[in-house]
Amino acid sequence: MNVKFINPFLEGTTSVLSTMAFISPRAGKPYLKKDSMAVGDISGIIGLTGAARGSLALSFSKGCILKIVSNMLGEEINEINGDIKDAVGELTNMVSGVARKKLEAEGLNVTAAIPTVVSGPSHSIVHVLGGPSIIIPFEIDEGPFVVDICLSDGT
Amino acid sequence: MDKSIKILIVDDFATMRKVIRNLLKQSGYENIVEAEDGVNALKILKSQKIDFIVSDWNMPNMSGLELLKAVRADEDLKTLPFLMVTAEALQENVVAAVKAGVSNYIVKPFTSETLDEKIKKIMEKM
Repeated sequence: MNVKFINPFLEGTTSVLSTMAFISPRAGKPYLKKDSMAVGDISGIIGLTGAARGSLALSFSKGCILKIVSNMLGEEINEINGDIKDAVGELTNMVSGVARKKLEAEGLNVTAAIPTVVSGPSHSIVHVLGGPSIIIPFEIDEGPFVVDICLSDGT
Repeated sequence: MDKSIKILIVDDFATMRKVIRNLLKQSGYENIVEAEDGVNALKILKSQKIDFIVSDWNMPNMSGLELLKAVRADEDLKTLPFLMVTAEALQENVVAAVKAGVSNYIVKPFTSETLDEKIKKIMEKM
């Protein structure tokens, strides 16, 4: 996978969370992930096609997503419910949108499918392309989350 | 700027409708109704007086663009302010929305201030 994909998704993530949830996540060092086990308790996955092909996933720990969505809605959410699942899909969609706009500026036109959300202990994230993915780890005070990217531009 | 205007939020995600409602409330807009897709939005528009539409682009049953075209084709609704919400501002989509008569568009993510500014600018032109 071309590392030029990392920055648009890193910037997309920080932009979306700071604007919608008033949260500034701290990014860690990206690493390669070779299995399909999700890192978090709930994940959003979105397929991408066009000049780059593959998929993007956001995987949140429970504490982390409860804080994010509570901030987005202006009310305290204490359990993973329908609002949380909707929000994970929407956050994945928004991060994808911001990142794709940045990729478009570099001449890479990428379109996205509708996101799906999966949750529960030991759930999996199976990327369209298969194979290893790049993890960008983030954390907030309430817990960690990751951006999990598996993309190829054919090079 | 009259913040008592009645705003219709159209989005298939209930949570996103809540988020937009919350952002509108932060700017003083309290008179808000919701629809989960374009089909239900049209029913609401035909049954009560709405002053402003905030609609998502990507929705099942009837997309934001299809809703916009339906509104602009309706003699009673055609001058309604229409703000399109999108997670992407791809050129072809912007062109399609402008051709269909969108008042303006706003790209997610956005703050309450940005949303308020967009609404004000549209209403000033009315």
